[in-house]
Amino acid sequence: MRGSIDDNGNYQKQPVIVQGITGKYGSAHTKLMIEYGTNIVAGVTPGKGGQKFEDKVPIYNSVKEAVDASGAQIAIMFVPAKFFLDAAKEALEAGIKLLVAIPEHVPIHDTMKTIELVKQKDAIMIGPNTPGIIIPKLIKVGIMPASPFSPGNIAVLSKSGTLLYEISNNLTSAGFGQSITIGIGGDPINGTRMIDAFDMVKDDSDIDGMVIVGEIGGEAEEVLAQHIIDIGFKKPIVGYIAGRRAPKEKRMGHAGAIVMGTYGSAESKITMFAKANIPVAKRPGEIAILLAGKMNSQ
Amino acid sequence: MRLLEYQAKELFKEFGIRTPESISSTNIEKGRSDAKKLGYPFVIKAQVPVGGRGKAGGIQKCSSDDEFEIKYPQILDMSIKGEKTRAILLEKMADIEKELYLSLFLNRGKRCYSIIASSEGGVEIESVKSQTIRDVGLANVDDQTAIDVANEIGLNDKQETEFVDMLKRLSKLTIDKEAELAEINPLAILKDGTLMALDGKVMTDDNSNFRHEELLKYQEKSELEKQAEKSGFSLVELDGDIAVIGNGAGLVMSTFDMLADNGGKPAAFLDVGGGATTESVYEALTLISRMKKVKGILVNLYGGIVKTTTVASAFIQAYDNNLIDLPVFARLMGSESDKAKEMLENTKTQMFDSVEDAINSVVQEVNRSA
Repeated sequence: MRGSIDDNGNYQKQPVIVQGITGKYGSAHTKLMIEYGTNIVAGVTPGKGGQKFEDKVPIYNSVKEAVDASGAQIAIMFVPAKFFLDAAKEALEAGIKLLVAIPEHVPIHDTMKTIELVKQKDAIMIGPNTPGIIIPKLIKVGIMPASPFSPGNIAVLSKSGTLLYEISNNLTSAGFGQSITIGIGGDPINGTRMIDAFDMVKDDSDIDGMVIVGEIGGEAEEVLAQHIIDIGFKKPIVGYIAGRRAPKEKRMGHAGAIVMGTYGSAESKITMFAKANIPVAKRPGEIAILLAGKMNSQ
Repeated sequence: MRLLEYQAKELFKEFGIRTPESISSTNIEKGRSDAKKLGYPFVIKAQVPVGGRGKAGGIQKCSSDDEFEIKYPQILDMSIKGEKTRAILLEKMADIEKELYLSLFLNRGKRCYSIIASSEGGVEIESVKSQTIRDVGLANVDDQTAIDVANEIGLNDKQETEFVDMLKRLSKLTIDKEAELAEINPLAILKDGTLMALDGKVMTDDNSNFRHEELLKYQEKSELEKQAEKSGFSLVELDGDIAVIGNGAGLVMSTFDMLADNGGKPAAFLDVGGGATTESVYEALTLISRMKKVKGILVNLYGGIVKTTTVASAFIQAYDNNLIDLPVFARLMGSESDKAKEMLENTKTQMFDSVEDAINSVVQEVNRSA
């Protein structure tokens, strides 16, 4: 994601492909990503091969053609949920190694089938139903607004999109820039689980602390907390769990945000975070304060 | 969607899983003719989308016409944990020797299906200590796995064979219907040694509805929910008096939590999606205007790329068109907020810089008017 230094000592940004570049949503966000500085090298829209996006970015009929022409291994996908499985297969078969899947409402079985292929191809999928990834001021492969984020040393992992923006904005205001923020997504099954995202960033030397933004449903937070205990991770972490006061057995906006019996309850997550020595903020506005406390006591 | 017991049992029958003889109805006239067909005694079972029916009196034995005339209307009018009875299932009683538990559920952590089985059934599975759990991927359960599970919960010989057959059918149902949960609890061993599914719970993946027209007849949506879905929103209706509108599920949940922490009673959870436009906010206010119990509206929008003036004009339109007369307490994060505040002067919408302030004000206002 971070790019590399070429033989001449020049910094080379990672090339990125946009799947569904000509749709309303895809084109709007492609413009914003380019504005942010993301190196968008190609787009894919079947039937529109040969055209150019904004007179600059070449459009191809298939991901394979786009990959062959550009060498990109990162793709961001804007396609209707119904077409997700086919589009994801196409990307992975074409050699995409990091797939950022934006669509919401993807059927769970389609996500599960995609994950099988992701494993076979030794690739990574973020999402579906994710706002994407951002390394502030360097690269944005996602739909998040630019304004909340600033460069720094805090990693933020979040199931929710807008809450990620809100919390990153609070962190930025409090002087905590972000090294990277990753949207896990609000679906029951995620290509990159919280624990996977944690493992991706935990050894980065530029990370001084972490914020985990969870929500009711599933057990991703509990599993992560146990993992943090098991490996003895010592950098400061602050947590937040949305949906503490939500009624049981009701889906709260996200397909994955549902408490079944005690499975997925906020209490269970908060209890496990406490065991892992992770304080949990009661409101988003409290996170930066708790983080400052943790950082100072280290 | 979460299917009611009788709906789950219709699927069980379709997939060849044995259930007691039963007939469902939604009015007593149909109920009376069902009762004749079935013959006494039977049980009258409230069909509600929550557990704990038995304890709440939602399942009662019935042995005569007189009893039927009293109990049927009583159970039909019942509310269990805030859920009204949707329908009534009349069901023949089974001669139970022992109750077991069996389910296939979507294991979110492992990203596969898992079988849970237990030799203790008829109670909530969380309270059961001896559980057998087997991860089975996204494929139909094979014979050997099914046999292992049967043996682990103490079934052998003919019962093992029947259990294996039932588990494989349940697995086929789970895959074919894209269920997140397919549960048989209790799974009974009858006095004659055969197995039967006495109660069922099935939850399917709403996002796969477009592939399952056959399930849509089970979908239960209020007019408001249908309207919300058309607009691409998600709505959860609740018992309180403050409607919560926001963009993004996490942000709305967070707002909801803070409101409840501060003594507010949410009447609605309304997520208008990641963005926010004049149209979407106006649409959201239209939905809320139809909810009679709402006394105040709390709005929390995190724009980033949204102009707050765009949102402000939605409120102004809503007042101008007499859509709402309710006070709105809004926290709008985004550009041009000074201009938006100016626009909203002399309206019933107050703008706040922090959501905490907006929450305090809406709770005060609603409590004052109560």
